[in-house]
Amino acid sequence: MAEYEAVIGLEVHAQLLTESKIFCSCSTRFGNDPNENVCPVCSGMPGVLPVLNERAVEYAAKMGMAIDCALNPVSVFARKNYFYPDLPKGYQISQFELPIAEHGKVDILVDGVAKTIGVTRIHMEEDAGKNIHSATDNASYVDLNRACVPLIEIVSEPDMRSADEAVAYLKELRSILVYLGICDGNMEEGSFRCDANVSIRPKGQEEFGTRAEIKNVNSFRNVHKAIEYEIQRQKDCLEDGEAIVQETRLYNPDKNVTASMRGKEEAHDYRYFPDPDLVPLKLDPAKLEQWKAQLPELPRVRRQRFENDFGLSANDAATITAERDLADYFEAACAAYAQPKKIANWIMSELLREMGEAKLAAAQLKLAPSDLAKLVKLVDEGVISGKIGKQIFPDLFAQGGDPEALVKAKGLVQISDSSALEEAIDAVLAASPAEVEAYKGGKTKLMGFFVGQVMKATKGQANPGLLNQLLAKKLS
Amino acid sequence: MSDILSLSLAGLRARLADRSVSATDAVSSCLERIADTEPAIEALLTVTGEAALTQAQAMDAAGPDASKPLWGVPVVVKDAICTKGVATTCASRILENFVPFYDATCVARLKEAGAILLGKANMDEFAMGSSTENSAFQKTRNPWNLDKVPGGSSGGSGATVAAGQCFAALGTDTGGSIRLPASFCGVTGIKPTYGRISRYGVVAYGSSLDQVGPLARTAEDCAVMLQVMSGHDAKDSTSAPREVPDFAAQTATRKDLKGLRLGLPEEYWGEGLTAEVRACCDQAVDAAKGLGAVVVPVKLPHTKYAIATYYIVAMAEASSNLARFDGVRYGFRHPDAKDLRDLYEMSRSEGFGEEVQRRIVLGTYVLSAGYYDAYYRKAAQVRRLIRQDFLDAFQACDVIVGPTSPFTAFGLGEKADDPLQMYLADIFTISLNLSGLPGLSMPVGLGQESGLPVGLQMFGKAWDEGTILGAANALSGALPQIGMPKI
Repeated sequence: MAEYEAVIGLEVHAQLLTESKIFCSCSTRFGNDPNENVCPVCSGMPGVLPVLNERAVEYAAKMGMAIDCALNPVSVFARKNYFYPDLPKGYQISQFELPIAEHGKVDILVDGVAKTIGVTRIHMEEDAGKNIHSATDNASYVDLNRACVPLIEIVSEPDMRSADEAVAYLKELRSILVYLGICDGNMEEGSFRCDANVSIRPKGQEEFGTRAEIKNVNSFRNVHKAIEYEIQRQKDCLEDGEAIVQETRLYNPDKNVTASMRGKEEAHDYRYFPDPDLVPLKLDPAKLEQWKAQLPELPRVRRQRFENDFGLSANDAATITAERDLADYFEAACAAYAQPKKIANWIMSELLREMGEAKLAAAQLKLAPSDLAKLVKLVDEGVISGKIGKQIFPDLFAQGGDPEALVKAKGLVQISDSSALEEAIDAVLAASPAEVEAYKGGKTKLMGFFVGQVMKATKGQANPGLLNQLLAKKLS
Repeated sequence: MSDILSLSLAGLRARLADRSVSATDAVSSCLERIADTEPAIEALLTVTGEAALTQAQAMDAAGPDASKPLWGVPVVVKDAICTKGVATTCASRILENFVPFYDATCVARLKEAGAILLGKANMDEFAMGSSTENSAFQKTRNPWNLDKVPGGSSGGSGATVAAGQCFAALGTDTGGSIRLPASFCGVTGIKPTYGRISRYGVVAYGSSLDQVGPLARTAEDCAVMLQVMSGHDAKDSTSAPREVPDFAAQTATRKDLKGLRLGLPEEYWGEGLTAEVRACCDQAVDAAKGLGAVVVPVKLPHTKYAIATYYIVAMAEASSNLARFDGVRYGFRHPDAKDLRDLYEMSRSEGFGEEVQRRIVLGTYVLSAGYYDAYYRKAAQVRRLIRQDFLDAFQACDVIVGPTSPFTAFGLGEKADDPLQMYLADIFTISLNLSGLPGLSMPVGLGQESGLPVGLQMFGKAWDEGTILGAANALSGALPQIGMPKI
């Protein structure tokens, strides 16, 4: 049986965080009543004309710079013609032959292996509206709030070879967009979405196999599952002697399968041509300089800095820098207490778990970074044990506030006073004569038993180092 | 016919300003004239008589406003141009009940300048045609001879001005749609430089070719109208952010043509002209020489490709521009449509007329995968050559002069069944739109044989409407006046 290799390319649509739409001044606010954000231009009334939103250009250009694209000094808007009720003009204004940016790259890390994924192009376009089908009154409705909302489409080279790589690339892209402040990255609301082009070929073969385009993969998890499924489906086809058909397939997350949506013959002929209503987009070099100067530190640079300057592991650095807010949180905590590795450990183990359960982003937390730092410091200084720290963490996370005050209020300060601890040890030893006898007879494993008993007696507040030391002395 | 109606727009302005004529008088005279002549001419799709009178009375009560150059002037607007609260149909079933809730920028500027909207002019459906016979609603007749077409596509605009129903009308010109009706109806009409007047609110046919412009009795009247509408509009990115010169001054003050170099392209003066058109145009050129103009021969060698190029570009753009008329949000929706495909096919098949459907199909074809390079891309390349022809010719001359049409107005139905013959009516007007340059048509006499008006075209350099308007004004003074048709 031949060994196959998957070839994956992704087309990502990112909604730009502009206040107004790309070709009119309507609001882009999500969640307004249907057709509230609508005017003659975005509803495609007769005679109206598009006027390009300068801010959308800025955002698209910034993304281009962030992923090392060449920005085209002149790019051209084109009409993509097709009929659909949610497309008011009967064409979508997009870019075709001359997009705003080309030839970029994104670095990813999968299982510790670094790889560069090529980006073919970034082009600007308007979103379509939304059709709403009502079963109750057997009718379809059109909501044009989303029509004309600015998007960039980021098209990758077919450089990915596994679902893991595809997801790593997507996460990196999303992270960069959010760092730039040009997209909220919200996959549920559709402001970050992707289509996957998947093909397979026998390992070692140069030319690509026939690809299928997978649509409706709108979470990282679904992207992963859909690609895995599709790779297996194509392998099965080839092994059964069937040919792969070039087609568009829809992923069904409930059944975890992809199903054919339309074949090559039914593919649209979009009849692209330059939109005569919009003059070619010329990028002003002075503005480009200005935008370049505004670029924030990007995830990959920050990740490297966290590894180099803070000594974080590659994994911790990647996780903490994935979201700009979280990386800011981490740095703020480090500023309050300069023990980055320890702070990173607390973030990786305790904070992220609580955030996941509460579905909160770093910017929304009640627990201030300085208070997290204080908690780490309390443990470090032996004021409380790590175990107590972890015990009180959920409360701290939920309510915020000064951990020291909480520890004091709950009487959880660690017993580091040797005379107080000796009393507790003596009581345990007195109550366990048989074990003391056995220990002295050579069963040194019983040390754990004594530690446990003392901890129990002190409600976990015994300083573990001191306890070990005192116990060893008493039993010798 | 009221004396008021024999005034030019400029003449009316003077009378309105000194209050020897009121706005109400002007509007009432026009409405009477419309009532008298419309049954024969059928130039208008909508007459907004009541609103016009109400507005005129209110304006009279307030008194003339010298800051408003069109104060009290009744005008007609082609039905391809959106007028707030007034039906805008493009002479198409598919927009039969469409009432825009916005004004086109050019209309807003006319209103701002004090003009009073009298009504909306008939046209070829979606401006596709050269005779106005493609209107879904009515066939407009040429006021000079009711058996003849008024030209197209702005035939209603040409006829309404020629019949004295109003003082000026707006047309749109994609391939000659202002100049041909101006020529056939014996009025003056100008297509400005592409980008001079905002296209916002003008229902698009060929977006890279479309320009709004006025049709009026004289070059001076056109200049006043042009002045008001010109200038950058934030709602149209293709409108030029340029200073607008004082066209009226450039026009009215020009009395001779001393030193003006008139270029006569051999391609426009060769075979194919009818004798009467040639005679009138020759006479006009002689008159121009008499005014001091210097005549130089020029060449526009790519003229022979203009019609083919034009139809590819215009139809491609039209096929896309007309996609929005889908029966979903406004306009005609077929009542029997059962599903989405029906909705599109039935609404569009019944809503659009034959010529519009022909152009949508052709335009769709030339943009299709596999044909784009051979047609649309090639046409775009040839278009640049055609423009270059003009730029080269303008090295040797200031104004290019030629007949507007090889013939005078043809008979109703004469070319209606032969689209190719109809397309050839635009042979002298089309290149200009491909080049984006300004051009006007002015009446230079009545044909000896037909007794119908003959139009002469003048093309100018980009943004130089002032020179051709001034030249037309001067030349007009040296030619016998054709007067107004007897209806």
